[in-house]
Amino acid sequence: MADLRLPGTLTPLFPGLTRHVEVDAPDVLGAIDELEQRWPGLRDRLVAEGPALRSHIHVYVDGERAGLETPVAERSRLDVIAAISGG
Amino acid sequence: MPKTLLTVATRKGTFVLESDDRRDWTLRGPYCEGWPVYHSIYDPNTGSIFAAAASEWHGSAIWRSSDLGETWEHSSEGLSYGDEDGRRISKVSTLARAGDRLLVGVEAPGIFESRDDGKTWSLLSTLSGQHGSESWDDPANQPPGHLGISGFVTEPDDSDKFFSIVQGVGAFETEDGGSSWTPRNKGLRRDWPADYEDVGFCVHKLVRSAADPQRMYQQNHVGMHRSDDAGQSWSEITEGLPGDFGFAAAAHPHDRETFYVIPVDGGHGRVMHDGKAAVWRTRDGGSSWQDMRKGLPQENAHLGVLRQGMTIDKHDVPGVYFGTSTGQIFASADEGETWSEIASYLPSISSVDVVVLD
Repeated sequence: MADLRLPGTLTPLFPGLTRHVEVDAPDVLGAIDELEQRWPGLRDRLVAEGPALRSHIHVYVDGERAGLETPVAERSRLDVIAAISGG
Repeated sequence: MPKTLLTVATRKGTFVLESDDRRDWTLRGPYCEGWPVYHSIYDPNTGSIFAAAASEWHGSAIWRSSDLGETWEHSSEGLSYGDEDGRRISKVSTLARAGDRLLVGVEAPGIFESRDDGKTWSLLSTLSGQHGSESWDDPANQPPGHLGISGFVTEPDDSDKFFSIVQGVGAFETEDGGSSWTPRNKGLRRDWPADYEDVGFCVHKLVRSAADPQRMYQQNHVGMHRSDDAGQSWSEITEGLPGDFGFAAAAHPHDRETFYVIPVDGGHGRVMHDGKAAVWRTRDGGSSWQDMRKGLPQENAHLGVLRQGMTIDKHDVPGVYFGTSTGQIFASADEGETWSEIASYLPSISSVDVVVLD
């Protein structure tokens, strides 16, 4: 199972969602879709039309900047970051 | 006296104010997790509050509360142009109830509807084919920074008939629930060249008199206008106001001749004139105007009010309310004669809506 870390801005939106979730998916989009199955509506919070990651959402797989198609290994660590924005 | 409730959309969430006497108010919030909220409304059909919000991080969603703000849910299911379309939703701008439909106007310009009270959404119309739509439908013109649907005016007795405002283009009316549209900009002033006779107007705010559905008022980029034929034609009523620019407007619920506007500087500042706060009222359909200032700050008050920022309640003696871009809410319980500040330190305010709860 891959180890997925979510931003603190996301967890209040979905009851039961924690910042640390384990997923079993071949790539980043698959991981997000797995979250969508468990917390309906979550995909929209990270993914825009295209599909594409929302402009201020960054994903890193094992420390490297990733896109939706970036492969995820069984022991990968995924960090979903809400970029510094707003004020 | 029945309870009066305000729902306030701000740059950092939705707030609720309540009062039993329109003198003492209690404030609750922020709600919607502090997302930027562009419009929040009380929906009389369901007794719910709806809030159109768009997070810089997490995109657009419609929030709803069925218990006057205590608890909230959110949904954006179906609120998308799809992966292949090329258009993007950068913002949900405005909400309205039209019969069994809940409408939301979005940027890039489009109208989505919900038939299940905000749980799911589907695209109703992009006003495709109207003059000007070749520009707003062009994928190269997609957000951020482009046009959207900035307002609706519905008709209480016919839910298939409503107006939509396309920002910077004009007002359009449908009589068949959004299948077809007609521009309703005849007689409006514009001070710039335009490609078409019937569009190319910058309509800021459109309101209908609850006392007479034929009577409508409009604040646009270059003047106040009035219609006596339900928007079929317009005539200008700017004379007597301190300027022709403004956003906020409200129509008296019981008197078709009484109407309120907040003129602001039309330059880059877009704040009230001369640092003195005032709401302007007409009692004669725009033939003359009076400035209502008693209780409003008259020194160094550089207040801006956006298009959804003023509203009026339905009490026998109506109360008028406006929220500012610097986070104050001012209220009048006597039709604008006197004012008091009922909230002082909110985030920048996008909209104020009011309901009298019987």
